[in-house]
Amino acid sequence: MDHSTATVTHGRSVWDGGASPMGASYGKLMMWFFLMSDAFTFSGLLITYGLVRSSNPAYVGTPSDFFFSTEHWPIPEKVFDAIPFFHGVEAPLVFVGFMTFVLIMSSVTMVLAVEAGHRMDRAAVEKWMLWTIIGGLTFLGCQAWEWTHFIVGTDTPTLMKVFDTKLGGWKEMEVLGANLHVNQYGPPAFADFFFFITGFHGFHVFSGVLLNFLIYYNAVTGLYDRRGHYEMVEKVGLYWHFVDLVWVFVFTFFYLV
Amino acid sequence: MAHKEPEIVVLPPDTEKIKKLWRVAGILLLVTIVEFIIAFTLPHGAAKTFLFVLLTIVKAGYIVGEFMHLRYEVKVLFWSVLIPMIFVVWMLVAFVYEGTKIVTY
Repeated sequence: MDHSTATVTHGRSVWDGGASPMGASYGKLMMWFFLMSDAFTFSGLLITYGLVRSSNPAYVGTPSDFFFSTEHWPIPEKVFDAIPFFHGVEAPLVFVGFMTFVLIMSSVTMVLAVEAGHRMDRAAVEKWMLWTIIGGLTFLGCQAWEWTHFIVGTDTPTLMKVFDTKLGGWKEMEVLGANLHVNQYGPPAFADFFFFITGFHGFHVFSGVLLNFLIYYNAVTGLYDRRGHYEMVEKVGLYWHFVDLVWVFVFTFFYLV
Repeated sequence: MAHKEPEIVVLPPDTEKIKKLWRVAGILLLVTIVEFIIAFTLPHGAAKTFLFVLLTIVKAGYIVGEFMHLRYEVKVLFWSVLIPMIFVVWMLVAFVYEGTKIVTY
């Protein structure tokens, strides 16, 4: 299957950089290298999460008897069980499932934009890029709601043992919502990892939407038609799929396991 | 250089390829639905975690292989991307195991 839309080899000898050793153009290869390094960063975050989680005691008992405590790591489906506009309705993992759906669909529209780019079909590239941007923005909006709910908390506060630095000892107190110091769902590290991992991923989605918009703008103004190829769509597409890929892992390790 | 507009030939959509992409999307959604069913039917434990990891790798394979097109790239590129990931898996297993040996109070 011939894939490379652009070849940088025109009029260059092998010794002048005319050869692409991995059968991919310079830009695509560099995008792959960047994604590798980015994968290591996310792996670092998720592995640290695994380390801290396995060092904390797991909840023993049936999920229906589950209660929030710093003594055990929370079951994710008991933390993420809210959906917008339905206050008090328990819908475990439904909202995050919707977010997964949105991101996968935006990945599909992205790959369709890449396919349209191979055919030099500007109108189709514009259409699919726009859908991808809409998908990205929808995901960001959902995440904003998710974070807000996580920070504000549930209806009833949790009585928790919290280390007071002024007192220099432990004290019982009612905790509502979450911050980096204390949270009502479980050990402080639980909320810290939530903020850092989903936050870092959300930042990637945000920059992905910006890049997608740039590509959309360039396609609309006809830059890629003048250039003779739509390889930029492909490169940014790689990044966007990677963002989707990371979410697949975050979804499993943070929300399901 | 930019004196004359280059001739742009728009090719018709490759329906075969597009159909395949939608099929991959269907598989991804199906696997996610299966994950959901597992999440609420099986008891928490090692078997469940193993299943989740397995399904995640299936999803990752489709995304990287089909969407990111890695399956069709040159073999050198394919393995340059995949081989380093072995170390990530090793690191994950090692650290999760080490974590169980840390006593927290």
